[in-house]
Amino acid sequence: MSASELTTASAARLSELLAAGEVSSVEVTQAHLDRIAAVDGDIHAFLHVNAAALDTARQVDAARAAGDALGALAGIPVAIKDVLCTLDMPSTAGSKILEGWIPPYDATVVARMRAAGLVPLGKTNMDEFAMGSSTEHSAYGNTHNPWDLTRIPGGSGGGSAAAVAAFEAPLALGSDTGGSIRQPAAVTGSVGMKPTYGGVSRYGAIALASSLDQVGPVTRTVLDAGLLHDVIGGHDPRDSTSIPDAWPSFADAARAGLRGEGLKGLRVGVVKELSQEGQGFQPGVLQRFRESLALLEAQGAEIVEVSAPSFDYAIAAYYLILPAEASSNLAKFDSVRFGLRVEVPGGTVEDVMAASREAGFGDEVKRRIILGTYALSAGYYDAYYGSAQKVRTLIQRDFDAAFEKVDVLATPSAPTTAFPLGSKVDDPLAMYLNDLTTIPANLAGVPGISIPAGLAPEDNLPVGIQFMAPVREDARLYTVGAALESLLESQWGGSLLSLAPAL
Amino acid sequence: MPDITPEVVSHLAHLARIALTDDEITRLTGELGQIVDSVAKVSAVATPDVPATSHPIPLGMVTREDVVGQTLTTEQALSGAPEHELGQFKVSSILGEEQ
Repeated sequence: MSASELTTASAARLSELLAAGEVSSVEVTQAHLDRIAAVDGDIHAFLHVNAAALDTARQVDAARAAGDALGALAGIPVAIKDVLCTLDMPSTAGSKILEGWIPPYDATVVARMRAAGLVPLGKTNMDEFAMGSSTEHSAYGNTHNPWDLTRIPGGSGGGSAAAVAAFEAPLALGSDTGGSIRQPAAVTGSVGMKPTYGGVSRYGAIALASSLDQVGPVTRTVLDAGLLHDVIGGHDPRDSTSIPDAWPSFADAARAGLRGEGLKGLRVGVVKELSQEGQGFQPGVLQRFRESLALLEAQGAEIVEVSAPSFDYAIAAYYLILPAEASSNLAKFDSVRFGLRVEVPGGTVEDVMAASREAGFGDEVKRRIILGTYALSAGYYDAYYGSAQKVRTLIQRDFDAAFEKVDVLATPSAPTTAFPLGSKVDDPLAMYLNDLTTIPANLAGVPGISIPAGLAPEDNLPVGIQFMAPVREDARLYTVGAALESLLESQWGGSLLSLAPAL
Repeated sequence: MPDITPEVVSHLAHLARIALTDDEITRLTGELGQIVDSVAKVSAVATPDVPATSHPIPLGMVTREDVVGQTLTTEQALSGAPEHELGQFKVSSILGEEQ
């Protein structure tokens, strides 16, 4: 098989080829390393490429040759967002304060992927500590959208989304605190899934906001996301917020969708507050969103308008809760146990700490730490943080009420297509509005998936549609997502990414 | 709500242990004022009858057996430290000269 056939194949297809002995993991891995070498100078999805990737691939090939029982994704390369700790690669979370830091442990999701025989290809770029919607807040330079190199790849996980969209990796891991998996997926024409809070371990994910963060798959197809979710998900005693329940196979749920199951009689709720003109949505985004709904309806789904009035307060609550939790979580970067230390001659440990944090943190990180410190300070706690937590309750109630009437909720995944690099980086409030549609799911802990819905007619850039389901009903999203993906791809005559310009 | 002044930002920066420059304090004073204005709307709907939610999915008290688990060795724990000595993290003086 040609190298380009290997890099454009889905993980599910590669799994079949590897199991049949038609290709080796070394060949698949080499094809992706070559692709990275060829295009990542333009894309800059990777902060680090794993020098040991081919060794790992060789081991998997040897295990297969020896007749070992291997998982479905054994031998398949995967890119890892730099927020996840890896024993053998630097883990910087996009920050200068962690430049070159090699953690003494693997994140649970990374350990599970290694145990399943996946081949880590490298670490992907991100907004510093996952604070951003464009990856422009990385301390290591911008990542470029494969559809248009002058545009943002979304954020914070722009590196992981761009890596799969540019065929540098078939699979990637992301983390989603307010949309950092789903919004990059939308603007790069890829698939991103934020699992139910607690469905995937956070152990070894460098924390941004602990009550919102969730790790999840970044892929080109819904089935691939389900396959990866099956590997990384499930209870982890090292994460006390990890849900102890058993989970169904998400790959099986996606396969059911690909067979056309799940749409007849499905009640799809369209959130009135997140789908109308005049709410900052680009016309082409709304057009593709409505066309997707019409496709579902034609297959027997029932489209129902639902109202979630508290969602209007979601961004405000989020930008109090997130900075509050972040200001606490980022206190650990104190120049003592790991990370940057700036020497201050004659200075105390506090002077060294303050100088190190000044030098090591970027503007957005400082902004959010100071905002969070303010929101938590005596006298303002009740008005800000306390009120935001109450809004969280109201948002959960809106979800509960909606899910009494419908099986899934649908919104556009992001209000616009990819915007030009540099256009919002100096306007924090404008940047925060990009997470309008994704934040409610994080506040309520419900799962959300973004899949490609087409290209906006006005700019020929990808649009995503988001589905959300009740807590613990992640499987429903894989079925609905795969079913719609299959319907759309038969209209397009292939995947949306097959329409992307050559790099 | 009180105005965000340079003095407030400077105090917050001290609490957060970030040695902001004067330029940064000036810029953040303006930006934070705008952000706080836009997020203050949460108090409009946060009436006393609404309970607060701190976690999306309450799991209650999570405990484990009181046995030694897998832990880092001293060497691993110190592997990222800017400075260490005798198996311990090393820092500069805790107290200033005037203390």
